[in-house]
Amino acid sequence: MASVPEEGVVTPDGRQIGGVLMEMKNITLRFGGVVAVKDISFDIRKGEIRAIIGPNGAGKSSMLNVISGFYNPQEGEVWFKGYRRGPMKPYEVARLGIARTFQNIALFDGMTVLDNIMTGRLNKMRSGFLAQALWWGAAEREEIENRAQVEKIIDFLEIQNIRKTPVGRLPYGLKKRVELARALAAEPQLLLLDEPMAGMNVEEKEDMSRFILDVNDEFGTTIALIEHDMGVVMDISDRVVVMDYGRKIGDGTPAEVRGNQEVIDAYLGVAHD
Amino acid sequence: MPDQQAPSGELHSLPALLARNAARYANRPAYREKEFGIWQSWTWAEAAEEIRAMALGLLALGLKPGEHVAIIGRNRPAHYWGMIAAQMCGAVPVPLYQDAVAEEMAYVLEHCGARFVLCGDQEQVDKVLEVEETVKGIEQIIYTDRRGMRKYDHTRMNALADVQAEGRAGSTRLAPELDARIARLDYDSICVMLYTSGTTGKPKGVVLSNRNIIETAKNSADFDRLTHREEIVAYLPMAWVGDFIFSVGQALWAGFTVNCPEGAHTMMTDMREIGPTYFFAPPRVFEGQLTTVMIRMEDASSLKRWMFRRFMAIAQRVGPSLLDDKPVGFGDRLAYGLGNLLIYGPLKNTLGLSRVRVGYTAGEAIGPEIFDFYRSLGINLKQLYGQTEASVFITQQPDGQVRSDTVGVASPGVELKIAENGEVFYRGPGTFVEYFKNPESTASTKDSEGWVATGDAGFFEEATGHLRIIDRAKDVGKMADGSMFAPKYVENKLKFYPNILEAVVLGNGRDFCTAMINIDLNAVGNWAERNNISYGSYQELAGHPQVYATIKDHVETVNKSVADDPMLSGCQIHRFLVLHKELDPDDGEMTRTRKVRRAVISDKFADLVAALYDGSDSIYTETEVTYEDGRKGKITATLRIEDAQVFGDAQGHKVAAQ
Repeated sequence: MASVPEEGVVTPDGRQIGGVLMEMKNITLRFGGVVAVKDISFDIRKGEIRAIIGPNGAGKSSMLNVISGFYNPQEGEVWFKGYRRGPMKPYEVARLGIARTFQNIALFDGMTVLDNIMTGRLNKMRSGFLAQALWWGAAEREEIENRAQVEKIIDFLEIQNIRKTPVGRLPYGLKKRVELARALAAEPQLLLLDEPMAGMNVEEKEDMSRFILDVNDEFGTTIALIEHDMGVVMDISDRVVVMDYGRKIGDGTPAEVRGNQEVIDAYLGVAHD
Repeated sequence: MPDQQAPSGELHSLPALLARNAARYANRPAYREKEFGIWQSWTWAEAAEEIRAMALGLLALGLKPGEHVAIIGRNRPAHYWGMIAAQMCGAVPVPLYQDAVAEEMAYVLEHCGARFVLCGDQEQVDKVLEVEETVKGIEQIIYTDRRGMRKYDHTRMNALADVQAEGRAGSTRLAPELDARIARLDYDSICVMLYTSGTTGKPKGVVLSNRNIIETAKNSADFDRLTHREEIVAYLPMAWVGDFIFSVGQALWAGFTVNCPEGAHTMMTDMREIGPTYFFAPPRVFEGQLTTVMIRMEDASSLKRWMFRRFMAIAQRVGPSLLDDKPVGFGDRLAYGLGNLLIYGPLKNTLGLSRVRVGYTAGEAIGPEIFDFYRSLGINLKQLYGQTEASVFITQQPDGQVRSDTVGVASPGVELKIAENGEVFYRGPGTFVEYFKNPESTASTKDSEGWVATGDAGFFEEATGHLRIIDRAKDVGKMADGSMFAPKYVENKLKFYPNILEAVVLGNGRDFCTAMINIDLNAVGNWAERNNISYGSYQELAGHPQVYATIKDHVETVNKSVADDPMLSGCQIHRFLVLHKELDPDDGEMTRTRKVRRAVISDKFADLVAALYDGSDSIYTETEVTYEDGRKGKITATLRIEDAQVFGDAQGHKVAAQ
């Protein structure tokens, strides 16, 4: 199954993939009588790009929500950075170093790109409400530090020209990029991307793939993503988990998964000839 | 104003000018660049230190005198510094067009034999590595932006900041050698080599000496009284001679501030923040801005639209006269003043042109309406005529003598003459030294007395002594019946419509003229949106019947105005088509400075040309396109060909032809 040794490896393109960052042990998630995720185990290693794929309704988004701590599974254990994780509030998840983007963009439409990304830094602000309102002392210093971080991300994702544009006025592809920027602003160790390429044209997909690879490469961020576009997934991921009807039917490198007969039957369609 | 007549005995090189500025304007801003949302700035003293460190670093890497250093990147202070640093080491900077694909770059890199290449970012490094598959001899790649560069093989690759650090560290060891090299520079040392865009054939390396650049900078700065207080925005390609004169020559001579935008897309915002006092743009930039203004006015409330129309009418009537200090009635002055408060002022501010004291346009003819629009707002927009071989300036318009159809009088120090065939010749202090490794071309362009052929046909207006340019001398031809064929004349009239981005008129040696037209996606797209016309692609919009109808209307209006000129009435357009793709430098159809390459187009679109003349009303075509990363693809389309009405004598002629 997992083809990466315990102590970690260096990929051919020179990235460091380390030990286990997160581990899912026998996760089962039910909504009433419906079983969304059934007895699934897999791990995510430091520095890798890990994809979860599967047909519609396979339970991918539910799985991502378990990883993000939004859903609490009825059975199984979630281990993160060597500790078993219990039920958590969203801000606790964020403090742990997990950030995410959403399938249906969840930005503040009336706010500018800059302000939206700044909200990603909220966790890093320590000064009190009054100090921030008066913009005095520590609050001012903090804002400058945080703005500098945000500007680095704006530079990185090449969205300088829309810095002051309200998000509501942006086209879809750019909104996706802004959402990625906001997630990065939290300086996460684990970045969860829910269908980052959904609804994009080929050019936008290429750009987004490039940015995902660059984020992973430049910041060493571990990335777990759900994606429909098989081409993209196979190109950018280190390892892939394949789900179907809430079960895990395959796990391994893109090449391994591509050769797995069960995966071919369930997801890619039965091979003819 | 500082003493511009400073002893020029010593100011014979870029490093000498830099040293003077570092002493005289030590604490004034020399360069600014917007990065991370903030304008970072360097004073002349700081810039001089950075440049010296760079030069020392280049020495440490083994840069030899007389070598060429290629520089590929967007306008950034570091790249300008790189050019000056290269000269300090006795080397010759060769800026290249950053949007060139690897193939085009290969020719230039091979031709100049650069051993050192300074790249802006990963994209440019990748191109150079690709070029290296065919071109040998590149030994050192230096890059400015570290992003994405970590994984590259660094045995002969360095970040610019590291090169500078190396230079600073080895300062004591290397300084004597550097100072000796700087001391060896004189007025005849080569300052820069710039490759011409080449409307025909391969690019040629134009060698310009310190004398060319510094004399030209001095003369032109005096002409427009440029001081160290000017602000310019450096956004035009660094490989273009104009940028070198404005952002290096004049900036060093006058000691003013060069501001580099954050990126191409933020240009408009950055312009507004800086508010340049001295501004240059080719006509297409002014056209583009005007189109944007008009589109946004269409979407404005009715009150605003009414005010805009009302006050622009006043501006058009009295604005240019006010600018030229001609007498204007009190009532008109008052109305203009009110307009300035309500419309012109805010509009100029939006365009970033509030503070412009001197503005120039050149390169192509500018539409009279466009030119007048800016002048009526009170912007001192002027025209100049120049080329790389002249270090830009051949003629320019003095304040108060500005018109849209002339290019002005000879620039200071420049002599002009017109040959018998109408071709314009010049000679002056900016006249280039030679074409690199190309003595034949040098000899055929520049004669033994220093006169250079411009390749443009023109004449002096008797009343004013101003020069008027008709067309490229080699493009002016004859129709089958012997009448004059001047395609540019008609194309310019067509291009003055916001809907038309580019036009190519054919007809040399033929019975009648035809045209291939490119729509402006911005203008036509907005029009389509407002009229609920849906389209899925550029191609679909270009082929839309209503778009065709609009273009036909434009073509016929142009025909009417061409018919008024007895000499050129044969150039009316009988048939036209709207192209399914934008003409693009990546496909070789235009030069990097966006001039149409006629030979390439008539060759590439030979099937379309045939269809324009064989009477068919549609044509199926396949066209190869090059994507930004250099990959090739194919697009197919069926294009409609329309007849247009012609006027005057041509009417009868058309019947005869059919």
